[in-house]
Amino acid sequence: MSLPEVDLSTQIAELLLPNPVMTASGCAASGRELSQFFDVADLGAVVTKSIMLDPRAGRPTPRMAETPSGMLNSIGLQGPGIDRFLASDLPWLVQQRARAVVSIAGSTLGDYAELARRVGNSPGVAAVEANISCPNVENRGQVFACEPYQAAKVVSVVRRELPRGVPVLAKLSPDVTSIVDVAESVVDAGADGLVLINTLLGLAIDPDTLRPKLGGVTGGLSGPAIRPVAVRCVWQVHAAFPDVPIVGVGGIRTGYDALEFLLAGASAVQVGTVIFNDPSAPVRILAELREELARRGFAGVGDAVGWAHRPVEQLATR
Amino acid sequence: MSGGPVQVTARVLSNKRIGAYHHLTVVGTGIAERTRPGHFAALAIGGVDSAQLLRRAFSIYRVRPTGVYGGTVEIIFAVHGGGTAWMSRLVPQDEVDVLGPLGRPFALPTEPVSCVLVGGGYGSAPLFALAERLRERGCGVHMVIGAAGKDRLFGALEAKRAARSVVVTTDDGSVGIKGLVTAPLPELIERTRSEVVYACGPMAMLRAVAQVAAERGAHSQCAVEEAMACGVGVCMTCVLPVVGDDGVTRMVRSCVEGPVFRGDRVRWDAVGSIPAGTLGGAPGGLLGTAAEGLDR
Repeated sequence: MSLPEVDLSTQIAELLLPNPVMTASGCAASGRELSQFFDVADLGAVVTKSIMLDPRAGRPTPRMAETPSGMLNSIGLQGPGIDRFLASDLPWLVQQRARAVVSIAGSTLGDYAELARRVGNSPGVAAVEANISCPNVENRGQVFACEPYQAAKVVSVVRRELPRGVPVLAKLSPDVTSIVDVAESVVDAGADGLVLINTLLGLAIDPDTLRPKLGGVTGGLSGPAIRPVAVRCVWQVHAAFPDVPIVGVGGIRTGYDALEFLLAGASAVQVGTVIFNDPSAPVRILAELREELARRGFAGVGDAVGWAHRPVEQLATR
Repeated sequence: MSGGPVQVTARVLSNKRIGAYHHLTVVGTGIAERTRPGHFAALAIGGVDSAQLLRRAFSIYRVRPTGVYGGTVEIIFAVHGGGTAWMSRLVPQDEVDVLGPLGRPFALPTEPVSCVLVGGGYGSAPLFALAERLRERGCGVHMVIGAAGKDRLFGALEAKRAARSVVVTTDDGSVGIKGLVTAPLPELIERTRSEVVYACGPMAMLRAVAQVAAERGAHSQCAVEEAMACGVGVCMTCVLPVVGDDGVTRMVRSCVEGPVFRGDRVRWDAVGSIPAGTLGGAPGGLLGTAAEGLDR
């Protein structure tokens, strides 16, 4: 039985994508390693590991701990710094004809402004993702994403520095009282889209040493274990702001998992931790998503976005 | 792309107990042909619905590129937790997702010099294929095989076929010389006039071997066993401090820049920390105490 064709194209603000599957920041480096397993241009976009102004060594090892259906990581944003990124990693992605979404991370508002200016002036950048789950050194190390006012300030300086055609996606932390409130303030500050969600802060203790397993003590929890939290966040934010484009991320392992995010209100998805389990996962999930959509009679990705919010009477007409 | 790793759904050919270890052979066509001594493979645990997402990495013990069933790949492992326990229950015809060959293999000497190969526990596994390569090049091969006790020695018999001379050590003295692999090493390097020491085993052993080699003026090639999540260079968890050609210390990924490192380049004393002076590190170094809400 052959399934009907499905229009996989999708749109996040001005960003047009051939399909809705991206890599999640920090799970695909800058794409090069994964290109041994598939063509990175086949994805909707490659989201780079968050880049900072200066080279950064990151946190001590152990940097990860396996947890049920997930993992904790405490990498500490190890990276080469913006100079090397722009000289080597970004041109490579552009050369592959991949759509490059550049994730930026700073310790101050000034860092974000400079990063946005430099990334925005580089050819081939499809969008900028603001990783705001970083400690703000000017505000007692408080994480930007955990406070609506600070989160909005980052987004507004990034938006101001970027050319008009380059959308800003704000990646939000689920570790907040109301993700809808944070979403509202970053959208008001100029975010063109939202990426939901970043990792949840977690901790695991080693049964032998009786000390925290991670060198950095706490770490970000990711993987299928957090998927229901992520789907809930997408659902709540889409219900509050149906016109704001959302990129859903958190524990996607299969095509149906990706579809679940679309149904909750996401227009695109990112695949993260599961790449560590299966480096081919992004293209596998894309193929599976196509089938999941076709099997249910969706003509395109756009038709599925937010579908689960429809009242029961309308669902019955499918 | 041709020389890089491949991801295959491998069928188990056999899975046998050897002392405290397990010897797993899978049909890994595509991996076997590309493997050189020192490469490793990363296995996914428990199928598509597994709650254990992180791959387990193992040095490749042996490959046979053209077997009756296709190319085969063999690894040696010990049961440490749920993932390796699952592996120990694999039976012939089971399927397992294998990535390989991964990492950088052992560098081989260009001249037919004498070499000492040092294996701790099942760390000796990749040394037998290496010994064969070295012999083909006319190198004299000498081995030191050590472990905590007799049941944790791997390949002591095979070493006798692979090497011109073999020394066995155990911590408890249950077989061979009582003590660590480093005890007989200085004398062995001297007597055989070895110019290269190859080692695979626990971090503390590698550190000691690298030091002995350096003191005797020999090169060392150490294969590390760092915990990894992905094995392909994207997760950034398996880093250790390594000094580059420019004298600068960087946190490098043992999966793609290793697992084999020059022993004189690894800052063994600082593994598990970000030593002072590391590129991009804090001025005074970082020992792993601060809790920040950083993500990846």
